[in-house]
Amino acid sequence: MRALRPADRVLLLMAALVAAWQIVVGLEGKGTLATVSYTVAFGILLVADLLLIILGFQALESPVVVILSTAIPLGLAVGLTAEALPGRANLAAVLAVAALLAVAVPRVAGWRRAGLATLIPVHTLAGLWIVALPAALVVQGNRAAPFLLVCLGGALIGVGGLLLAFLRTGRPILSHNTILMLLPSLLLATTVALVAGFSLA
Amino acid sequence: MQSRQAGLPISGWLARVHAGARRAAPLLKSPQTMLLLVTGLAGFASARCPVVHWTTLLGLAGSLFLAIGGSTVLNMWHDRDIDSIMPRTCNRPLPTGRVSPHEALLLGIAMSALGIGWALLLQPLYGLIVFAGLFFDVVIYTLWLKRRTPWAVVWGGVSGGMPVLAGRALGLGSVDGIGVLLALAVLFWIPTHILTFAMRYDPDYRRAGVPTVASAYGFRTARWLVAVSSILAAAAMVAAAVGIGMAWGYLRLLAVLGGGLLLLAAGTLLRPSENGNFGLFKYASVYMLSSMVAVMLEVL
Repeated sequence: MRALRPADRVLLLMAALVAAWQIVVGLEGKGTLATVSYTVAFGILLVADLLLIILGFQALESPVVVILSTAIPLGLAVGLTAEALPGRANLAAVLAVAALLAVAVPRVAGWRRAGLATLIPVHTLAGLWIVALPAALVVQGNRAAPFLLVCLGGALIGVGGLLLAFLRTGRPILSHNTILMLLPSLLLATTVALVAGFSLA
Repeated sequence: MQSRQAGLPISGWLARVHAGARRAAPLLKSPQTMLLLVTGLAGFASARCPVVHWTTLLGLAGSLFLAIGGSTVLNMWHDRDIDSIMPRTCNRPLPTGRVSPHEALLLGIAMSALGIGWALLLQPLYGLIVFAGLFFDVVIYTLWLKRRTPWAVVWGGVSGGMPVLAGRALGLGSVDGIGVLLALAVLFWIPTHILTFAMRYDPDYRRAGVPTVASAYGFRTARWLVAVSSILAAAAMVAAAVGIGMAWGYLRLLAVLGGGLLLLAAGTLLRPSENGNFGLFKYASVYMLSSMVAVMLEVL
């Protein structure tokens, strides 16, 4: 397993601080469901960054990390839906919980194939929603152009999730070492894009 | 020429002081001392008194540093025999002979006396609480109970909670429920910190004959205690934060950080592993430091 370099720790610490800033000051004035959903998403990003700093890339071997990392795009998707389509917010929340269970139950039960079969579609669909919804809102003129940064954050988190999912299949798209080398920068870029998108729009 | 002659003894003296400080510095366990110092500063800030009062802040930081550092040095002085047995601690200054026991004892007593004296001058109630922390740590925990019972950890927790209580008492001029809650948060955090550490280095503690919960009651009991104490620490921290009147944003942050602590504790309970145990040990310190920094930032 590749060891964390000091530069990786700095990148992860910066990502953790940006996520913490968003939790503290970036969620004011949103509805309850949106606030809770965004808090879950940015909270998991924050704790994941801290655990990576503490444990190194070994932290990624835990099945809990896989389950929780799924909650990041799901939380963002529910939060965006609650803000943009309040009438569909409860449906989105129910679907997100069902998707999380679909990823978690096979992992806990040890059904490896079923776990992978649910993980990749859930990441893909949630990622597409995070990219499509903000883009639609900007095109319709409901949100300012910087909100497109949320699309970028969604795309990056989708890429990160898929890279990690393929890594766990044993047939990664990129080499194991390359994925781990990219991960801290990817996490920082994702967090900064999301926070900037929410703050500037 | 004269100034050069006069300068030589001073530079020699400074070099000796510098060399002595370098030898003695590891006796202070700087991360632990600094973490407890931060809890004291957070307790003071939580009182929402005029926080930026440099004389008081300097007095608080200085007296706490001296008292906490002094008690740590005295612990090291007393435990030098078991430190020399355990591989983890055998390279400390006392077992290796870099600092003599006499030097360590003098340094510990001097720092403790100066710290408590400064604290009493600052405010009698504050000084009394700082003294209580030092008394619980050195006399009750280290000298009396540490080698007799695994439950000594509770008294270690009580002494660990004193800096935050003292800091708040200095700000308020009295002890209140929120101060007690903050102290309880530290008290319940300490078993998480110490028990996970004791499990990681269980062979060392057995070799030295120091009873721990893991060696006396088994790892499973120790993990349950860690989980329960993590829940109680997070609950006490959130309750204190609500009592202080912290903004929603900071409450959300504390909930997230506490959630991480609970998740890791549950993880070590359900899937015990050396790596998970070490992660919990480290995260518990990060949790306490982040929570206390959040309390300070909210007030500032």
